Amino acid sequence: MKAQRFVREVMESKQRILVISFVVGAIFFILLLRLWHLQILNTDDYRSMSENNRLRFVPVAASRGAIMDRSGKVLVSNRPSFSLAVVPLEVKDKDGLFDRLSRLLGLDRAELEERWKKVTGRAKYYPVVLASNISRDQVEIIEENRLRLPGVEIEMKPVREYSSELLAAHLLGYIGEISDDDLDKKGYEEYNPGDYIGKNGVERSWEQELHGNDGGRQLEVDARGRVLRTISESYPTVGNSVVLTIDAAVQKQAEKAFGDQAGAAVALDVNSGEVLAFVSTPSFDPALFSGKLPADVWQSYLDDKRHPLENKALTGQYPPGSTFKIITALAGLENGQINDSTSVNCKGSYELGGSVFKCWNKHGHGTTNLKKSLRESCDVYYYQLGERLGVDLIAKTAQKFMLGAPLGIGLTNEKPGLIPTAQWKQKRFGKRWYHGETLPVSIGQGYVLMTPIQLASMISTVANEGTVYRPFLVKRIVDADGKPLKEFKPEIIGRTGISADKFRLVKQGLFAVVNEPGGTGAMARLYDVRVAGKSGTSQVVKLRDSKQGTPYQFRDHALFVAFAPYDKPEIAVAVVVEHGGHGGEVAGAIAGRILRAYFDGKKPAQKAPVKPNTRDEADEEDGGQPSLKEPRSSGDAVND
Amino acid sequence: MIDRRLLTNIDWMLAGLVIAVCLLGIMNIYSATAPYKVVATAYYIKQFYWLLAGMGIALAISTVDYHILEDFSYWLYGIVILLLLAVLVIGRSSMGATRWLNLGLFNVQPSELMKIVIIITFARFFNNFQSMGGLTVRDMLFPLGILAIPALLIMKQPDLGTAILVILIALSMTLYRGLRWSTVVTFVLVTIPVAWLGWSYFLRPYQKNRVLDFLNPERSRLGSGYHIIQSKIAVGSGGFIGKGFVKGTQSQLRFLPEQHTDFAFSVFAEEWGFIGCLVLILLYLSLVLWGLNIARRCNDRFGALLAMGVTAMLFWHIVINMGMVIGMFPVVGVPMPFFSYGGTSMITSMVGIGILQSISMRRFMF
Repeated sequence: MKAQRFVREVMESKQRILVISFVVGAIFFILLLRLWHLQILNTDDYRSMSENNRLRFVPVAASRGAIMDRSGKVLVSNRPSFSLAVVPLEVKDKDGLFDRLSRLLGLDRAELEERWKKVTGRAKYYPVVLASNISRDQVEIIEENRLRLPGVEIEMKPVREYSSELLAAHLLGYIGEISDDDLDKKGYEEYNPGDYIGKNGVERSWEQELHGNDGGRQLEVDARGRVLRTISESYPTVGNSVVLTIDAAVQKQAEKAFGDQAGAAVALDVNSGEVLAFVSTPSFDPALFSGKLPADVWQSYLDDKRHPLENKALTGQYPPGSTFKIITALAGLENGQINDSTSVNCKGSYELGGSVFKCWNKHGHGTTNLKKSLRESCDVYYYQLGERLGVDLIAKTAQKFMLGAPLGIGLTNEKPGLIPTAQWKQKRFGKRWYHGETLPVSIGQGYVLMTPIQLASMISTVANEGTVYRPFLVKRIVDADGKPLKEFKPEIIGRTGISADKFRLVKQGLFAVVNEPGGTGAMARLYDVRVAGKSGTSQVVKLRDSKQGTPYQFRDHALFVAFAPYDKPEIAVAVVVEHGGHGGEVAGAIAGRILRAYFDGKKPAQKAPVKPNTRDEADEEDGGQPSLKEPRSSGDAVND
Repeated sequence: MIDRRLLTNIDWMLAGLVIAVCLLGIMNIYSATAPYKVVATAYYIKQFYWLLAGMGIALAISTVDYHILEDFSYWLYGIVILLLLAVLVIGRSSMGATRWLNLGLFNVQPSELMKIVIIITFARFFNNFQSMGGLTVRDMLFPLGILAIPALLIMKQPDLGTAILVILIALSMTLYRGLRWSTVVTFVLVTIPVAWLGWSYFLRPYQKNRVLDFLNPERSRLGSGYHIIQSKIAVGSGGFIGKGFVKGTQSQLRFLPEQHTDFAFSVFAEEWGFIGCLVLILLYLSLVLWGLNIARRCNDRFGALLAMGVTAMLFWHIVINMGMVIGMFPVVGVPMPFFSYGGTSMITSMVGIGILQSISMRRFMF
C-alpha cells in the first residue's frame, strides 16, 4: 500500500517536471521573441538612436576644503588649473590638429605625441589630456579657435595653492595621486584611480573632511562635440575646511628663527594643549609633490643631510639632554631624596664604580642646591640624585608626564620616544640594568629619547603644574560657508599627581635659568614678559669637546624648553636644533623669538612695524653680555 | 562521507554548461569594464578568481551527501533569520540599503544565504509532509509563515529583488509539490488586497518609481526609466550580428548603469547581437532543463525537491534579469547568474550547483 502510494507519487512528480519543462521553454521563447522584436524588427530605430546618442559624461572634481590657522587665515586653498584634452573619436586629422596646437599654443610636438600614445587600449570616447596646467591665455586662444580644433576640450580642475611663505609644510602635508594600495583599502571605496588624496600631515589625517564629493554633468553634444545642452548634473560638494590651532604669525616667526639650521619647534597652549606652532626645518615645497616631482629636486631632497622631508617635530627622537633634569628633579622631590636646600658639592666630575662622570663645567659648580643645579645645569648634582633614585623611579615620574609613548597628536607616524627602565633593558637586550647607566639617564642622555612634541608637552605640564593635555592641531571643522560643523575640545590625558609646591620649586629654578646671572638660558629672555626655561645640549657622539671644527653630523644637538609668562603661564615652547651646538644659545634664542611673536600677537595695538627690530635689539643686548651667555665659574654662583 | 567513486560520477553536462556561461561572462565583463578607469586588479581578473573560488566551493559541496542538509535545515533557517535580524540592527549600509553584515573576517549578505536556506527548508517540509494529493489552504499555513518571516525582513532592508526571488523560489517548489485548485483560487483572492496594502505601506518610493517606470518608461527619461531606455537602445542597436567585441557604443560610452553587474547582458546583446543572445539563451535553457532532469532522475523526494528549488533559483534570476534588461520587467537589481560581475552572486549560484552535483552524482546510490 505504502509502496504503491510512493510509486504513484513519483510518477506524478515526474509528469509535473515534464509540464514545468514546457513552461520554462515557453518563457525562454518569449524572451527570445522579445529580443527578436528589439534586435531584428526594430534594430534600425535603435541603431539610429544609439548613433545620435551623443551624450558625454564630464566629471567635475570637487574643490578640496581649505586649511586655515586659528584666526581663519588661509594657509592652503585651491586655484583652478586648466588642461587641454582631446576626445580621440572626434580627431579625424591628428597631424593637422597637432600642427595647429603647437603653432597656436607653442606646445611641444613630441610631448603631444607622447601623451597621445596613451589612447591605445582605451575607449575612444574618453578625453585624453595632452597638456596639463595651461595658462589662462592659452585657454582663451583655444576658445577663440574652437571651430578649427575639433575634439579639443578644456578641463578645469582645482589644484592646491599654498600660502606664499611655505608655512608649516610638514604639518600641512601635501596631496598626490591615490596609490593602488590606498585604492584597495577600506574607506577608500568611493575613490577612483587618478583622484588626489592627502599623502601626509593634516592633508592625510583629515582627508575625509577635506575631500568633498565629485560631481558630474551629462551633456548632449552634436557630431562635432559641441555641447547642445546639459541633461543632468550632479554638483560636486566642496570639502569641509579645517581650522587649525596654529597661530600663523607665531609659526612664521618660528620658521624664520631657524634660518638654515635643521631642527624642530613646537609651541603649545599651556591650558589646553592646542598646538600654536609646529615647525620642522629645513622645509620643502608641497606644491612640487602634487605633480610629477622633477627627479633632480627629489634627489636634492634625498641628498640633503639635514633631511628636509622628515617631520622632525613628530618623528625626530632626540636625547633630551639637560632639559630632562626637570623630570629627575621632580622625581627627587617626589621621592623625598631632595628638598630645596639639599646641596651637593660639584667638583667638576663624579666617580662611581671606577668610572668618572664629568660635569660640563670641568671647574665644578661648588656647593649646589636645587635652584642652582637647574640654573647652571650642574651635571654632578643630577648624577648623585639619579644614583640615589635609581632608573625606575625616574621613569615612574617621566611616565606621569605621559612620556615614552605617542601623545596622539593626530598625525600618522608619531614616534613614542623612549623612557628606559630596568625591565625594558632586560627585555630589549637581555641584560640587567647597571647602576652606572642611571647617571647618564638622569641628565637626559643614555637611552632616553624624546620627540619635540613630548618636550613641549613636558614643559607645558610643568607650567600648568601637573595637567597633561593631548596636544591637538585642529580647532574646528567648518563647511564651505564657514559654518562650524565640529568643535574640538581640550582633552586631559593624564595628571602627574605631583603637588604644586614641588612644581614651584622647580619653576623657580627654571626662572633663574633665564633671568638670573649664571643662568644658561638668557637668550630666551624677554624685556616685558617673565620667561622660564631650561637649556639642553645633547651629545650625538662622545667627543672630548664639541667645537665648530667638529663635522656637522657629530655636533651636539641644541635644545631649549620654555614657558611664559612665569606667573600665569600661557605658552610652552620646545626647540631642538640638530647639531646646533650649545642649547642655551642657539635653541634659547629661537625659543625667545617664538615667545616674542606670541606676545606681540596678543598686543595688536603695539604691533607697529618697528617692533620686530626692537625685539632683535633686545636679543642682541642680552647676547652681548658674555656673563649671561656662558655660565660662569663656581665663584659667581655660590651666593644663591 | 567522501567517496572516491563519487568523483567518477561528476555530472559533466552540468559542469560544462556552467563553465561555458562563466567564460562568456568573463569575456563580457572585460568589454563592459573597458571604459572604466584602470584599477589595481581588473574586474574580469577578479571575476576569474571568483569563478575559481566558486568551483572549489561547488566541488566541496558535491562531495557531501545532501541528505545531511535535511537534518540541519531548521537550524540553518534559524541561524539565517537571526543574521537577517542582526543586519537590521547592526548592518553595514551601502547605497541606501543595509544588506551586509560584518562577521569580522568577511562580510556576508544574509539575504543571499536565505535563497539557499529557503530551498532546504521547503524541501524538508514537503518531504516530511504525509498527505496525499494537493495541498489545502490549511496545509499551506506553516510554509507560508516560514516564507513570510524572511521575505518581510529582506524587504525591510530594503532589497526588493531578493525578496521577490525568495518568494518565487518557494512558490515554484510549492507548485511542484502540487496544490489543490481551491487553494490556488483562495490565494489569488487573498493576494489582491495584500498587494494593495503592500503598495501603500511597504514599498519604498524608489521601488514604486521603478514599477511605475516599468509601466511607462517614458515617465522619467532621466530617472530610473532612463536605465531601461538606454538598455533597450543598447540591445536593439545590436541587431542580428552585433557591433563587435568592445565596440558597443552604448556600453563604451557608459550610458548603461552598472553595466558590468546587473546590465551585463545589455552589453553582451549590443556587441554580439541576436546570434549571441540566442547562444546564451540556449546555454541557460539547457542548464535549467538539465537541472529539472536531475530532479526527475533523483530517486528520493528530498533530493528531487532540492534540485527543483535550486533550478528554480537559477531560472528566476535569469528570467528576471533578462526581462529587466530588455524592458519587460522593472529594474529590481537581480544579477544574471554566472554572467554578471560579483562574488556574492557567483558564490550563491555555485553553492546551488554544488547541491545539484551532489544529487546528480548520487543517482545510482539507491
